[in-house]
Amino acid sequence: MPFPLPLETLVSKPVMFLIFGLIGVAFGFVLESAGFGNSKKLAAQFYLKDMTVLKVMFGAIVTAMVLIFIAVGLGILDFSLVWVNPTYLGSGILGGLIMGVGFIIGGFCPGTSLVAMATRKIDGLFFVLGVLIGIFAFGETEQYFDQWWNTAGYMGRLTIPDWLNLPVGAVVVGIVLIALFMFWAAEQLERIYGQRDLQKEPSWRRYAAVGLVTFAVSIIVIGTPTTAEKYDRIASTKDAALANREVQINPGELLDSIANDTLKVVVLDVRPEAEFNQFHISGAKNTPLAQIEDIIPELHAQQALNTVFVLASNDEVAATEAWKVLSAESIPNAYVLEGGINQWIATFGKDEGDIVQVSSPAGDDSLCFSFPAALGDRYQAADPLPHEWELDYTPKVKLQVKRDKSGGGCG
Amino acid sequence: MTTTLDQPRKTWRDRVFNRPTRPYIHPYLGGLLLGIVLFLAFFITGNGLGASGGLNRIVVFVQDIFAPEHVDRIPYLLKMAGGALNPLDDWVVPLVVGTIVGGFISGWFSGRLQVETNRGPHISKHTRWATALLGGAIMGYGARMARGCTSGQALSGGAVLSVGSWAFMFAVFAGGYAMAYFVRRLWN
Repeated sequence: MPFPLPLETLVSKPVMFLIFGLIGVAFGFVLESAGFGNSKKLAAQFYLKDMTVLKVMFGAIVTAMVLIFIAVGLGILDFSLVWVNPTYLGSGILGGLIMGVGFIIGGFCPGTSLVAMATRKIDGLFFVLGVLIGIFAFGETEQYFDQWWNTAGYMGRLTIPDWLNLPVGAVVVGIVLIALFMFWAAEQLERIYGQRDLQKEPSWRRYAAVGLVTFAVSIIVIGTPTTAEKYDRIASTKDAALANREVQINPGELLDSIANDTLKVVVLDVRPEAEFNQFHISGAKNTPLAQIEDIIPELHAQQALNTVFVLASNDEVAATEAWKVLSAESIPNAYVLEGGINQWIATFGKDEGDIVQVSSPAGDDSLCFSFPAALGDRYQAADPLPHEWELDYTPKVKLQVKRDKSGGGCG
Repeated sequence: MTTTLDQPRKTWRDRVFNRPTRPYIHPYLGGLLLGIVLFLAFFITGNGLGASGGLNRIVVFVQDIFAPEHVDRIPYLLKMAGGALNPLDDWVVPLVVGTIVGGFISGWFSGRLQVETNRGPHISKHTRWATALLGGAIMGYGARMARGCTSGQALSGGAVLSVGSWAFMFAVFAGGYAMAYFVRRLWN
């Protein structure tokens, strides 16, 4: 079972909420244990006397980061299913500055104030009330700058490795080293401004630092799994689905699905461009098999929850290969056009005199028809009218609900 | 003759609220444990941690009781509670409830459940309550503008290397340090 788990479909809603509740319990427990329920300790961060906030925050970030990317490298965690906060530079930076001001005036951030309130700190309770008021005010005023809020500096799902065009492992090692430097600097500041005796600091922190760097370097060594390696992990179930013809949809079903307003069908034609230009299904997007891996991020960015991807080649060979790539990359709702373009034309192009069958489908992905000109989708058979065709088929498209894209982070 | 002094009987209140106070755990240990929790959240669910999102849904839930038509007319609120949508039907809500429970359990174990108001030495209790309320309101507004608070943006987005989350994190520290000088009397 690849992680993260598809909780929405794997367990009932109460169980799912229980899991999130338990994660919350662990979160609250650790926050309180580290002293984050005490506003004096939090505020001291900004007067350089007690750098607990920085140490705990960056310690947590680098620990989680190293573990996440080791799991990704080992192929047990699928990063494309992990929520990455989309980048909105404008609202993120202005909101961050406002939060910094609120932090030093109020002495908490929302998560820590919950813990303070839970441990009967009156200032925590007042802060939580303030947060609720602030949230209410934002909900009521967002409409006046809606455009700016939704577009300023929007870059979508963008990670630092993508942005700098560096390997993930190198970025992780770099951030770990920066964090260790910051810890060292924080201890020096505590010594100077907080009169802290560094001799009393535990020596295990040095071993922890070495361990962290070792794990980070191992990410470079492990590398990232290729699409083929990802497919190998799920091959047994996916190959069975292919063999049982669970994902090959009849041309009739494709036609009906395109006409179905509740589905958004994206036909990916994986043939060479020359054949695509000869003839293709109306609305199809040409992505030759060799380029299918390049468009994966684009497919993930597809926001509509009802998107169905249908892969088409002349027969099924290339389309099946492309389907394996999509499956390996966890793209939901991917199907193969049964019999490919050849069967499509045989079904819908019967009466179209211009298109001549020159051979019978041999299953080797060669085009069995010849065309008077490269008219693309300007043939009737490229855009058949659904009501003229009543075809019998076994429906196979089952819309699998995608992970809630708007639910990540604090959203 | 010796008299035995009756040990004062421990009530359940004492056992919960008056336990001996233990020190906080070391910050690096805290960071390590918090990192493991954050990793497990991502590993199991694909989502990180959050706090302000859950509070937001509670606010919208109350708004939806009193002014459902109003909620249906504002796109930002509509997204969470439009029509028959229940704003509490989201993973971040049990997470927030769990956070409160977890904080209480930790405070209980470590004897830190005293009713108190943590404040700087030169301000009154009431001033501290007012600044907490004001700071909270500013924080709440900023957190929703930034689409996440320290937990949902800085911790979660930081760990998965989101560019926006790192920019956000530096902005929070910048805002805090820029303001710290002007409100130093509150804390020192």
